[in-house]
Amino acid sequence: MSGTFVGMPVFPTAAREALGNAQLRHNLAHATGTIRGKRSRLVEEVTDSITGDSGWEDLRLAGAGVKEAALLGLERELLRLEETLTANGATVHWAQDAAEANRIVTGIARRHGVDEVVKVKSMVTQEIGLNEALAAEGIAAWETDLAELIVQLGDDLPSHILVPAIHRNRAEVREIFLRAMKEVGRPAPEDLTDEPAVLAAAAREHLREKFLRAKVGVSGANFAVAETGTLVVVESEGNGRMCLTLPEVLVSVVGIEKVVSQWEDLDPLLRLLPRSSTGERMNPYTSTWSGVTPGDGPQEVHVVLLDNGRTNALADRTGRQALRCIRCSACLNVCPVYERTGGHAYGSVYPGPIGAILNPLLKGIGTDEQVDSLPYASSLCGACFEACPVRIDIPSVLVDQRAQVVDARRGHGVKSLGSGHAAEAIAFKGAAVALSDARKLGFGERFTRVGLGAARRLGSLPVLSKWAGARDLPPAPPESFRSWWERTDGGRSEGEGR
Amino acid sequence: MRVALMVTCINDALYPGTGQAVVRLLRRLGVKVDFPAAQTCCAQPMVNTGYLDEAVPVVRTFVDAFSGYDAIVTPSGSCAGSARHQHGLVARRSGDPGLERAVAEVSPRVYELSEFLVDVLGVTDVGAYFPHTVTYHPTCHSLRMLGVGDRPRLLLESVRGLTLLDLPGADQCCGFGGTFAVKNADTSVAMGTDKVRHVQETGAEVLVAGDNSCLTHIGGLMSRQRAGVRTVHLAEILASTEGAVLGVPTTAGARR
Amino acid sequence: MTAREQILARVRSALADVTDVPAAPPAPRRTPVEDVVGHFAERVADYRAAVVRSTPEDLAAAVAAAVPAGASVVVPAGLGVDVPGATVDDGSLTAADLDGIDVVVTEAVVGIAETGTIVLDHGPGQGRRAITLVPDTHVCIVTVDQVVLDVPDAVGLLTASVRQGRPLTWISGPSATSDIELSRVEGVHGPRNLHVIVVGPATGA
Repeated sequence: MSGTFVGMPVFPTAAREALGNAQLRHNLAHATGTIRGKRSRLVEEVTDSITGDSGWEDLRLAGAGVKEAALLGLERELLRLEETLTANGATVHWAQDAAEANRIVTGIARRHGVDEVVKVKSMVTQEIGLNEALAAEGIAAWETDLAELIVQLGDDLPSHILVPAIHRNRAEVREIFLRAMKEVGRPAPEDLTDEPAVLAAAAREHLREKFLRAKVGVSGANFAVAETGTLVVVESEGNGRMCLTLPEVLVSVVGIEKVVSQWEDLDPLLRLLPRSSTGERMNPYTSTWSGVTPGDGPQEVHVVLLDNGRTNALADRTGRQALRCIRCSACLNVCPVYERTGGHAYGSVYPGPIGAILNPLLKGIGTDEQVDSLPYASSLCGACFEACPVRIDIPSVLVDQRAQVVDARRGHGVKSLGSGHAAEAIAFKGAAVALSDARKLGFGERFTRVGLGAARRLGSLPVLSKWAGARDLPPAPPESFRSWWERTDGGRSEGEGR
Repeated sequence: MRVALMVTCINDALYPGTGQAVVRLLRRLGVKVDFPAAQTCCAQPMVNTGYLDEAVPVVRTFVDAFSGYDAIVTPSGSCAGSARHQHGLVARRSGDPGLERAVAEVSPRVYELSEFLVDVLGVTDVGAYFPHTVTYHPTCHSLRMLGVGDRPRLLLESVRGLTLLDLPGADQCCGFGGTFAVKNADTSVAMGTDKVRHVQETGAEVLVAGDNSCLTHIGGLMSRQRAGVRTVHLAEILASTEGAVLGVPTTAGARR
Repeated sequence: MTAREQILARVRSALADVTDVPAAPPAPRRTPVEDVVGHFAERVADYRAAVVRSTPEDLAAAVAAAVPAGASVVVPAGLGVDVPGATVDDGSLTAADLDGIDVVVTEAVVGIAETGTIVLDHGPGQGRRAITLVPDTHVCIVTVDQVVLDVPDAVGLLTASVRQGRPLTWISGPSATSDIELSRVEGVHGPRNLHVIVVGPATGA
């Protein structure tokens, strides 16, 4: 995975820091609130425009279905994709991990003697840390998506899948442009204001010279159609079209889960994606290309098919559904945790609910505390599953992964666990005994004591003082429900329900 | 129809009044309700924290306690969701086909209170009286895991004397989330604080919900912040009559 | 083993439990609307693109009206309407050359009413991708018989183009971004002005 997030603390620690940033919380609440409103109006519109009350749900089922079918038949689809791409004049490469993918891309750039490439916004190239790998070879990778440009110029980390600079407001963007554009190319105009349209115009001017001279373009792909050898990039600004069309050489890094079987499979996906991501009926630009088109666009086309943990995810029967993800970020926008902590707290280019399951799937559970903290970064409220256009049941995967985290620790002696894990494990083992037989325990009032005892053991962690610090616990009642039931014969002796 | 009350561990220990309200309400509606004494907990705390092995004996206790009933009613969307959607998972983990069969038998018969009233009994006007302004927080598991939809609203709208006010951002999680509130305490409090702000914006005297776990979290924050809004479980409002209005303690924010 | 063989072996092993691959359920279709072309025009305009209707006879005038006075114009070979003074692209114009041209006039292959989208398959009358990308104004001619109701109709019609290996460009309004505070702003890198001319026989009234 990308080196950019190395050394991130576990989620609760990172979240605490983010929660203290009032500007960040304001920016996030405003942005996610805006997009939630737009999305929900369009979802209702689809339902209304399709007979019956299940229009959107049926569309989700269709979208989930085409992705699931391709994943379950992945070997066949990948072989077919390789064959059609090759027949269309593209060169297909396979990369098992980030290092291998980076070697392939830098090798192509070096062969063409370039010292810069232009990039379409792509999650996968961030995942593999391609920009850093190119920089190590003396090749500059220019991010051309507006939000990615803001992140790159601000020497910042992305915090959202769709809008990596969502944590920045217009005033901050203006400052970054004024400070940094001049270091790497055309400076921002001196009279730059913080109007989004003015800021976008500055980005246009800054990047245009890079587009017009670039020899090599680098992209990811939203979808790869096995039947026709067609890659698809969905975007808004036209920077994607620039990178996909003007350079002589195009290299696309494509996760193996991006494959769909046939051209027609794009229908539900192209209806679901823009509505779920930007809250539009259709994004401004969708480009599709099938290898080399003589006389039009790049005449040397490479496709790097990347694993980098995806086959680990595929082997997880509950978790494999996460590979259906089409990176729309709807789950981020509806997530109450993400809205308050922002993306950086997740310590990965994949933040939010999908990141909380995808990172453990790609990297494995039981080796890294930060990764193992992610499945717990959710209140399991279910808003993510409800919003997901391809019906990834994120809460169920989270619960399954929590069990994997606990199971991974079962093998170790209690002493090797952190004190928090040990206290928790003891508390739950005690609770399991207490709760498996009401009579043996002499349940009644004693349950309260056991429950509070367990809570206090958990509370030996510093975090429970947080609970008590901000919340009052209710007073204990004079008797439990079951004591009342026994004492009053189910309330009858008190005259209940005659 | 044999009906069992699944009171839930938190209600048993901390909110007996909620269980008493369910009993009173169901009797008033002509339902004979049992309280199987062998019941303990739905096992959700274990499952949601990842302790599946530890959940197995608890689920076994659950199905032993409730097998043979036609309907198992619980004043908790979260616990009903756990029984309906997680017990199968735990049973598969156990590798015991007998437990899997028992769960398949019992878990579909578990109803959250508003589901039982509206879907099984077919009533929305339960003859309740509650002379207060109220706002309703749909808890996440009742909203999304069970899909109770507008059933609680229909029930509340039929309560005489009650004024129901819309809660802004109602479908946003309050931040409780079981052990989430402990493991990610800061985020949990941040979410809860926003929920409290929305509750206060309504001007309601009472916040009602179908889960005492969420109400403990929100009520605990409101009490600390002296928000002046009481939390009352849906069952207690529906059980209230002109003779006895429940769930209105003297201290703002505290609950009995 | 090569990376390819390794990955394929890992895929095979990961899916060892899968016995059959269920077919995806069909995607639902939008209910028909009475005036598909009117719906198209409305939705294109929703994106703040300019939309005008024209008869085939008036098309040249409609195109001329869409081109600002004194603007330089490029057109693809095979365009079905004469644009006086326009440069016909022969593939030799560089990106820098195109950057010096104000307007491009092309046809399209499909219009999608529900989403207000035009699709180019870059055949005759549409030209290579670069010419509709670099100039700041794109005047696009769509005929009423090209307009379909929704995305599935368009995907169906475009199958032949894709199977022939043609690239596609789907365009919904002018270039836009939502990257600053998630507020939509028109006009970034693609043409900042999109002018759609819908050509069909005069309707009643």
